[in-house]
Amino acid sequence: MLKRDKVVNRVLSVIFIFLSLAWIYPMFMILMDSLKQERAITTSSAFQLPTADTFAGAENYVNAVSSKGFLQAFGYTVLITVTSVVLILVCCSMCAWFITRINDRFSKFLYFLFVFSMVVPFQMLMFTLSSIADKLSLNSPFNICIIYLGFGAGLSVFMFCGFVKNIPVEVEEAAMIDGCNPIQTFFKVVLPIMKPTYISVGILETMWIWNDYLLPYLVLDRTKYMTIPILIQYFRGSYGKVEMGPMMACIMLTILPVIIVYLVCQKYIINGVVAGAVKG
Amino acid sequence: MKKALKKYWAVFVLPTLAAFIIGFVVPFVQGLYLTFCKFVTIDRATFVGLKNYAYALKDATFGHAFWFTAAFAVLSTVLINVIALAIALALTRNMKGANVHRTVFFMPNLIGGIVLGYIWLILINCALSLMGKNLIALNATYGFWGLIILMCWQQIGYMMIIYIAGLQSIPSDYLEAAKIDGANAWQTLWKVKIPNLMSSITICLFLSITNGFKLFDQNLALTGGDPGHASEMLALNIYNTFYARSGPQWKGYGQAKAALFCILVIVISMIQLKSTRSKEVQQ
Repeated sequence: MLKRDKVVNRVLSVIFIFLSLAWIYPMFMILMDSLKQERAITTSSAFQLPTADTFAGAENYVNAVSSKGFLQAFGYTVLITVTSVVLILVCCSMCAWFITRINDRFSKFLYFLFVFSMVVPFQMLMFTLSSIADKLSLNSPFNICIIYLGFGAGLSVFMFCGFVKNIPVEVEEAAMIDGCNPIQTFFKVVLPIMKPTYISVGILETMWIWNDYLLPYLVLDRTKYMTIPILIQYFRGSYGKVEMGPMMACIMLTILPVIIVYLVCQKYIINGVVAGAVKG
Repeated sequence: MKKALKKYWAVFVLPTLAAFIIGFVVPFVQGLYLTFCKFVTIDRATFVGLKNYAYALKDATFGHAFWFTAAFAVLSTVLINVIALAIALALTRNMKGANVHRTVFFMPNLIGGIVLGYIWLILINCALSLMGKNLIALNATYGFWGLIILMCWQQIGYMMIIYIAGLQSIPSDYLEAAKIDGANAWQTLWKVKIPNLMSSITICLFLSITNGFKLFDQNLALTGGDPGHASEMLALNIYNTFYARSGPQWKGYGQAKAALFCILVIVISMIQLKSTRSKEVQQ
């Protein structure tokens, strides 16, 4: 029995090595293509490795960064993601704690609305939301976080509420009796307890906002601001002839930081995803 | 404590509530109202009753998009979950390098839909042209399978993570008991592992089916709906009705389609809620 298990494991590990390699291949292909000269990237030669003849060095990357607006797009994406996620974490956790602890009719109604908003697809609101954003001038990367807070509140409040329910009230009551006001109680007692939830909600929201395409595309003032997904889409849409080299370089520059962050904080990301899925 | 807390409602609830009203409640209510209107901008809308819905239901591209999406959602759900569960079972066997494989399989999840779409557009077009076939934009069948492959590549890792967590939470006594009773691997899988995984399975099934129905970015980047509207899914069809056509009637049609789409997604989620609730009672 044991011997058979060992054989099965050996066979499986060989299969999985090939499977894993196949899994990374698409990314590897883009990396290789991004190092080739423009003329060597055609539809039918995307699988070919760069040769001494077609190797372009960092040329495509220089081009992408210097003339294709990659750096601005990257900067705006970072700005939008960071401000939105911070805002969502702070506001939604406070709101979730409040409505769970008060738990009157208004809180219950609000909770129901938040849960409902998780289900509604973005297409239902996209037109009205973008014109409201225009009217309230929420169409810049500095203000769009308010839209994200509003639209993303559902999932975050839901997840925070699920966690707050398991915190014993006694701890908070003790803090209040010792003379903390609710704000102090929240930041000194509740917030530290909720740390794991902050991490999972933060990761889920980051993954969403960093990669989001349609919301910023419709809400942002497109003549001035682009995020990375918009930039990549713009490459094919508006340039007439697609410049494959810089596009590949842009794709590489987009996924590299994500992969590095993932490899460094893998444990948190995977735990965050599991926690989010189990509750969502 | 409640009394003291209530005084601070403005600090705790107001920021989220205000943003929620701007970012969800108002656009949703307005959007709902606009399904009954002919409009180009929100301020200039004339009431037309149910005409938009009638058009949306008659629109052949919308009907086609529905069936395309439904077929896609069902097939991708089955494939993703079967493969993800198989991988999860293999990776929980104390295999060498299991962690590395887990890391690799999950990686595509972190890449956004638009970027994923382009990576696979390049890859699939290259494969097709080496085989001497038409490119993906010229054949809706290739588009369909391309989307399936892409979604499998992206989502299998995610579902695998949830299944691994589920498998690891099965008490080892159960597995030992099964072994002592003489169950073989196949029996252990069906009689012990899968029944104990039911909650993970429900979560994954509904996650992948709603993801399938709501799919937009990948569809836009990989096929863009080409050829014609043949590989257009519901979300992209709605988007195109809104923004790809000029004429005062289209936005109303698009909004009505969006409302129908919204109802569809809500119904799916209600079924999900019900089935998870009934599972909880059993346990």
